[in-house]
Amino acid sequence: MSELSVHPLGETALCCTLPAPLSLEQQQRVWQLAAGLANVDGVQELIPGMNNLTLVFDPLRTEPAALEAAALALWVKPPRRQQLGRLVEIPVIYDGPDLGDVASHCGLSIDEVLRRHTAGDYVVYFIGFQPGFAYLGGLDESLHTPRRSEPRVAVPRGSVGIGGAQTGIYPLVTPGGWQLIGRTSLALFDPQAEPPTLLAPGDRVRFVATTE
Amino acid sequence: MIEILRAGPLATVQDLGRPGWRDRGLSLCGALDEFALQAGNLLVGNAPGAAGLEFTLGAATLRFHADTCIAVTGADANASLDGHPLRPWWRQRVRAGQTLKLAAPRERMRSYVAMAGGLDLLPTLGSLSTDLKGGFGGLDGRALRDGDRLPLNPTPALPARAVGIRPPDWTPAVRVLPGPEHEDFTAAAREAFWASDWTVTPQSNRMGYRLAGPVLERERGEELASHGVLPGVIQVPPSGQPIVLLADAQTTGGYPKIAVVIRADLWKLGQLRLGARLRFVPCTRDEAVAALREQRMLLDQMRIALCMST
Repeated sequence: MSELSVHPLGETALCCTLPAPLSLEQQQRVWQLAAGLANVDGVQELIPGMNNLTLVFDPLRTEPAALEAAALALWVKPPRRQQLGRLVEIPVIYDGPDLGDVASHCGLSIDEVLRRHTAGDYVVYFIGFQPGFAYLGGLDESLHTPRRSEPRVAVPRGSVGIGGAQTGIYPLVTPGGWQLIGRTSLALFDPQAEPPTLLAPGDRVRFVATTE
Repeated sequence: MIEILRAGPLATVQDLGRPGWRDRGLSLCGALDEFALQAGNLLVGNAPGAAGLEFTLGAATLRFHADTCIAVTGADANASLDGHPLRPWWRQRVRAGQTLKLAAPRERMRSYVAMAGGLDLLPTLGSLSTDLKGGFGGLDGRALRDGDRLPLNPTPALPARAVGIRPPDWTPAVRVLPGPEHEDFTAAAREAFWASDWTVTPQSNRMGYRLAGPVLERERGEELASHGVLPGVIQVPPSGQPIVLLADAQTTGGYPKIAVVIRADLWKLGQLRLGARLRFVPCTRDEAVAALREQRMLLDQMRIALCMST
């Protein structure tokens, strides 16, 4: 089996990176690694990323070497099979300011960008960046577009975007570097709700084009 | 109750943040100068992590509607109580009806007001910290405004003796550890990173400081998969101008990380003003851990000394 690479992020965190290439099976192993490390002494938070997992710990309570050993011990165990979560449909108005740039970068018409984006069968790989922001796997390769060279200072709530090989929805107004192709009126985050985020890792997502 | 007569440029309710929800994408938030907030709380007999008020560049006026005990820490804002100067980083009895004024500090950025007993607000997801971009926590999830009223918890027995703490020395230099992508930058970029004065640009906020200085170029230009980030991480977007993440930063990011500010020096970042110059000083992991241990010991010693003085 290929190696799990573990490297420090400052003195209070470790980043575990899974071997390339990224795949759904691999991402399931990220979720399993997070679940397995949750009860290790000194671990404060586990932040799953795309094909990686960041462990935040108290360096006065734990040696990073002990955490690295715990991660590697879990990594060599055979992976468990996992079920995918429920299907969530997201209505999208495709009128984003970067839609034209994405179409020309991909060498496609705007209609074809829409068709391919709504045809996708997406899976929530992890939640990050802001409350309820789901990173989705499953973006058609022909739609991959690099992030903007200068992030926007304020991206509107509900914006649907593409960043590299990823697509997703901004639950709140925020600075951000993704290419914006559309928007949804669905609430992805509500701090008073239980749970506070619409999507959870493992959920399946479909985008549905709408005009209102 | 406290009445905010003038909130100044940016005033928020903050404690030590909202850990435990970063896998749901919730930022840590919390006081940018954690040391000052904790010291203030200890001075008034609170738990170090109780919520207090964070003021930015002073210019604030508060009226107390109950007897209490306060401490003003962080940036020295020439605080005065009914016109009488107040010693910064000292405990102070306050009577109902008295007015506290913070002027503009001559140096540093943020001042903290801790009140005995703390604020009587409902925590959101385990914390009273204001999450400004999420719009929750603190008072209605927003910055304080002129006219706001904040309920106080009943004050326990007020500590009587006047007592103060020496504020920590502050310099616009922070210790950093090399980040995971440090070696991906060109030799010239790495040298420039350590050797340059970096300017905090006006496009900065509680999420992060955008810095201006020499353009930092990477040898390898491939995009990174999104990964967890923390306050203190210094990421470099393709523009080559670094961004230092602060307490309100997002939980994950995709830009390469040239360095990480050590935990014990994060408060120094929080006291940097827009337009200020900043330098990065290399350090080792052992030094970073030792600095953190020393800082926690200092707070412990303060707590013990203050218990004995009441």
